[in-house]
Amino acid sequence: MGPTEPSSLISSLIFLVFLFGIPFYGAVKGVKIYECFIEGAKEGFEVTVRIIPYLVAILVAVGLFRASGAMTFISGMTPDCLTRLGVTPEIISLILVRPLSGGASLGIVGEIIATHGADSYQAKLASVIMGSTETTFYVISVYFGAVAVSRVRYAVHAGLIADAAGAISAIIICAYFFK
Amino acid sequence: MLNTIWLLLLVAAAITTIITGNYKEVVAAATETSGNAFKLALGLTGLMSLWLGMMKIAERSGLINLITRAIFPLMKLLYPKVPQDHPAMGSMAMNMAANMFGLNNAATPLGIRAMEDLADLNPNKKVASDAMCMFLAINTSSIQFVPAGAIALLAAGGSSDPTGIVAPTLLATTCSTVFGILAAKIFSKMKMFADTSDVGEENGTN
Repeated sequence: MGPTEPSSLISSLIFLVFLFGIPFYGAVKGVKIYECFIEGAKEGFEVTVRIIPYLVAILVAVGLFRASGAMTFISGMTPDCLTRLGVTPEIISLILVRPLSGGASLGIVGEIIATHGADSYQAKLASVIMGSTETTFYVISVYFGAVAVSRVRYAVHAGLIADAAGAISAIIICAYFFK
Repeated sequence: MLNTIWLLLLVAAAITTIITGNYKEVVAAATETSGNAFKLALGLTGLMSLWLGMMKIAERSGLINLITRAIFPLMKLLYPKVPQDHPAMGSMAMNMAANMFGLNNAATPLGIRAMEDLADLNPNKKVASDAMCMFLAINTSSIQFVPAGAIALLAAGGSSDPTGIVAPTLLATTCSTVFGILAAKIFSKMKMFADTSDVGEENGTN
């Protein structure tokens, strides 16, 4: 996902362990850590410049798709039997948006929390779905963009199957845990 | 594949724009999202440099070797064609660790680094290798010990138990990882996804 700060305490702690642990370990092992760091860091800009066209392609297409209102159409077709399981149209739109856009899906989860309350079943289900799925298209375009691979073979299929498995198991597991 | 998805998104957007009449919004979205894409890449540059620098230190100090050796039995199952001592094993292991602990801003630079290492092993530079697809499948389904973003959202919304979602998320991501790995393994054996690089020119399937 995008460059957001690690927000929970545990994550921050682990982040710091990486951030301090790596140079400290290097120093103990006698590595010239400053020069070594610069050597690696030099490649940073080159990589990000390389992924720009791939990012523009995917983000613009997703942006047009969302702005046109296509999402509302699709999520409006949620069948009744799913709604009874707690899978409301807003959850469906979260599941559909999630592989396309991290920012948009965060927005949907935020909205669900604001409307139903942070302790509601909806909010918990949405959060678990959020944590169990990934912005597959973003990851694929960035990762393959960095190595200029244009034929991704079955990467999209496998990624979407994983996302679907994450969302479906989240629905089942939440029903067991929180209902 | 990406050609098809791109086309589908655009066709769906065009049709719905005509139906809903959201012309202005769609035009605005084009300007806004292309700008955002650039900002996103630019914003990634600092982190990219930070973690690539860290990776270099971790590599040279032997830390990566240590980690790679510890989880090699698992990595060998997932990536049979990647040699044990190849740098890709180290960078993939680091990315997987970052993902599991919810360190999104470290995971992306490390993952890109892993892709570059995998590209070194790839005979056809334009076509994804099996290892790359498996890496992507694991990456997008990653087991989450700390779903940091979701916990933060619940906490910000005033939840009485924001960490209550840790166990369900761990279970759900275990399922998604299992499915992701199985899918990648099965697809890698299927003819329709075969790497046609030996046949000469692209067959035009993607």
